[in-house]
Amino acid sequence: MAKTAYETHEHDVLVIGAGGAGLRAAIEAAAQGASVGLVCKSLLGKAHTVMAEGGIAAAMGNVWPEDNWQVHFRDTMRGGKMLNNWRMAQLHAQESPDRVLELERFGALFDRTKEGLISQRDFGGHRYARLAHVGDRTGLEMIRTLQYHAIHQGIDVYMECKVERLLKDGDRIAGAFGYWRNTGEFVLFKAKAIVLGTGGIGKAWKVTSNSWEYTGDGHSTALWAGADLIDMEFVQFHPTGMVWPPSVRGILVTESVRGDGGTLKNKDGERFMFNYIPEFFKGETADNEKEADAWYADKKNNRRTPDLLPRDEVARAINSEVKAGRGSPHGGVLLDICTRRPADYIRKRLPSMYHQFKELAGVDITREPMEVGPTCHYVMGGVRVDADSTQATVPGLFAAGEVAGGMHGSNRLGGNSLSDLLVFGRRAGLHAALYAKNFGGQLVADSAQVESIARAMLEPFDRSGGENPYAIQAELQETMQNLVGIIRNEREMRQALTVIESLKERAKKVRVDGGRVYNPGWHVALDLASLLTVAECTTLAALERKESRGGHTRDDHPYTDDTWGKVNVVLRLRNGTVQVSREPLPEMPAELTALFQERK
Amino acid sequence: MATTFTMKVFRGQPGRGDFRDYTVDVEEGMVVLDVIHRIQATQAPDLACRWNCKAGKCGSCSAEVNGAPRLMCMTRMETFAPGQPITVAPMRTFPLIRDLVTDVSYNYVKARQVPPLRLKPPDADGRYRMMQEDVDRAQEFHKCIECFLCQNVCHVIRDHEELKPAFSGPRFFIKIAGLDMHPLDTVDRSEFVRAQAGVGLCNITKCCTEVCPEHIHITDNGIIPMKERMADNYDPVVWLLRKFRGGRKEPA
Repeated sequence: MAKTAYETHEHDVLVIGAGGAGLRAAIEAAAQGASVGLVCKSLLGKAHTVMAEGGIAAAMGNVWPEDNWQVHFRDTMRGGKMLNNWRMAQLHAQESPDRVLELERFGALFDRTKEGLISQRDFGGHRYARLAHVGDRTGLEMIRTLQYHAIHQGIDVYMECKVERLLKDGDRIAGAFGYWRNTGEFVLFKAKAIVLGTGGIGKAWKVTSNSWEYTGDGHSTALWAGADLIDMEFVQFHPTGMVWPPSVRGILVTESVRGDGGTLKNKDGERFMFNYIPEFFKGETADNEKEADAWYADKKNNRRTPDLLPRDEVARAINSEVKAGRGSPHGGVLLDICTRRPADYIRKRLPSMYHQFKELAGVDITREPMEVGPTCHYVMGGVRVDADSTQATVPGLFAAGEVAGGMHGSNRLGGNSLSDLLVFGRRAGLHAALYAKNFGGQLVADSAQVESIARAMLEPFDRSGGENPYAIQAELQETMQNLVGIIRNEREMRQALTVIESLKERAKKVRVDGGRVYNPGWHVALDLASLLTVAECTTLAALERKESRGGHTRDDHPYTDDTWGKVNVVLRLRNGTVQVSREPLPEMPAELTALFQERK
Repeated sequence: MATTFTMKVFRGQPGRGDFRDYTVDVEEGMVVLDVIHRIQATQAPDLACRWNCKAGKCGSCSAEVNGAPRLMCMTRMETFAPGQPITVAPMRTFPLIRDLVTDVSYNYVKARQVPPLRLKPPDADGRYRMMQEDVDRAQEFHKCIECFLCQNVCHVIRDHEELKPAFSGPRFFIKIAGLDMHPLDTVDRSEFVRAQAGVGLCNITKCCTEVCPEHIHITDNGIIPMKERMADNYDPVVWLLRKFRGGRKEPA
């Protein structure tokens, strides 16, 4: 067989993904003097970070001087139901204020306080108003700022380029192999170190706030390269996605609506969240409307509104209201800010929500309530990393942002994602560059391995009578939505595994029409492998964890169980099959455990 | 209830291509991008188009719908009369890659040329202070989602290949305006604006402002003040006054 044609690029550090984590990593690695390549599936500046709305959580104390990293750390751990990697949560809380100020130095223009400092807003699970923001388009400001900073740092950007596989030399990372989406030609990257900043897996579900890019490429390529994944059972369903019209179902409605005074109601007009305050959060949550409403202005004398409980709690509550027949006309609940805040305030604070509902649903949110329901939003699980360096269990492989596991435990608080990207993106870039500096010897790419990857990628063109890749993708999304959704049980998940197994077989026989130039059918066919892998991983981990906690709820094991609070479910590929094990959580030192005894 | 629409979608590669008809069932609330996705899933799996967020936030799905430059994700099918065919074509100004996808690399080249921000030193406590009313002006330009529809309709970029090396286009005029209006910026970009960004070539036809999905006042708030400042720079009286009063930014 003829040798496959491909171009070759060589870098000290190759960053895969150009959202917040990837961009911040690339900037840091370049600052360390490394030669850096940055690969992204879409055009630069279009990554998922652009859609983030609410803000960046950082205990800067600009609005509430009482706030500090210890309080943020405690909120994060409690939001994650104590399953977080404590060291990641600590570093995140300590370093996020510096990362926000650094973003300001890069040119970001945040909304201001009266004193001219960065303003901070309320969000679910955060004790104090803590989110640095720009209206409800914080992600856009963040990605644009990082993007325009990065293009002046001598980084080589490979746009609309998809990495199919990571390459290894012995145990360690040696590069990556992929293709240009616009030409279909192959490309080989030789790299001493690789940073994954590839985001999440939400495209495995039908109702999702995630774009086509979220097919779990980083999770899967890491697993295939021998890295461990942890916490894959924890998937966050954001409580408020649009539910109507059908074509926009799943599009995100920012938590800022509730942070800025909006409240959830059922069809009878009842503020039902007061009926769903769990024991774990009773001490800090208002149990009556008067106290909840007073909390926005006076946090010292009032407890937080239950509308701003962590996302897992709110999503389950909405699910229960709808199931009990108290939902809105199109199967969601009502989110009301129009009767609670003036129209001018709503338009100023939530401009893109105003625009989005007006244009896509014909709803004026300053006059009518929104209809909302849960939507698949974020995966807490990911590549198992060392907290300080972000290095995976494979030497030379680093991961930051959504693709990394541990930081958020079983449930992520809103606002902690953008800060996660900055804190661990920087750390990943730094440590990848240091690793590359200390790397001795030659970079070797195994040409036989490259040949076999390339051959497999082209096979769908040669088949006659195979299946349509879009049909397999749609069936997988339907399966995960119905069988591995917000509420799970053993019987349904076993059924899901059977379906996934059959879809894997069918995916081996997909057929692609047309040529290699910008062919979405081919792209979907290639993404099926990673999408099916992450679907299987989530289901296997969810079967293993026989309790309910955070973004993992089982009606056959409805209670949180302390023995499960001490272990991570770990997945690794051995001899072609995904193996599941339980391993103890890293133990929190005494000075940090003390933070949880001080007050309830 | 589904309504049936005939979609005339451009299919082709550089140098060749034509509109092909697809008959599609359209349900309530669907946007043009949903219809394109339905065609991909059922009739033409290799139909090329860019998209990401499907919520008007990323600016990937720019196209010309019935000749009007639009984001496909924000164009509802209800705005069209049933029975009328709808044409979907790629942005006309940029070189075609395939079907609805064009080569927008011109914009990324221009982006790199803009002299970046250089901030003045922070306050004594290491913090920067800016008042909301001072950031409001620049924040308007930060809303840009880089859909490049303004670049697509700009007459200079569309019709004057020979002027493109010294012309940045409306997207980058407001990028520059946003940097210039940053309360802490210290860079003087006036020579860049004149010689390399080519703001003098703009005829203020406001085509860019009309197509902006973020409703940014590109011409009134961005380009016109920039042209006025450029005129001031070459006005000897203003030049003398400034020399005595000081306060000029450093050249880029």
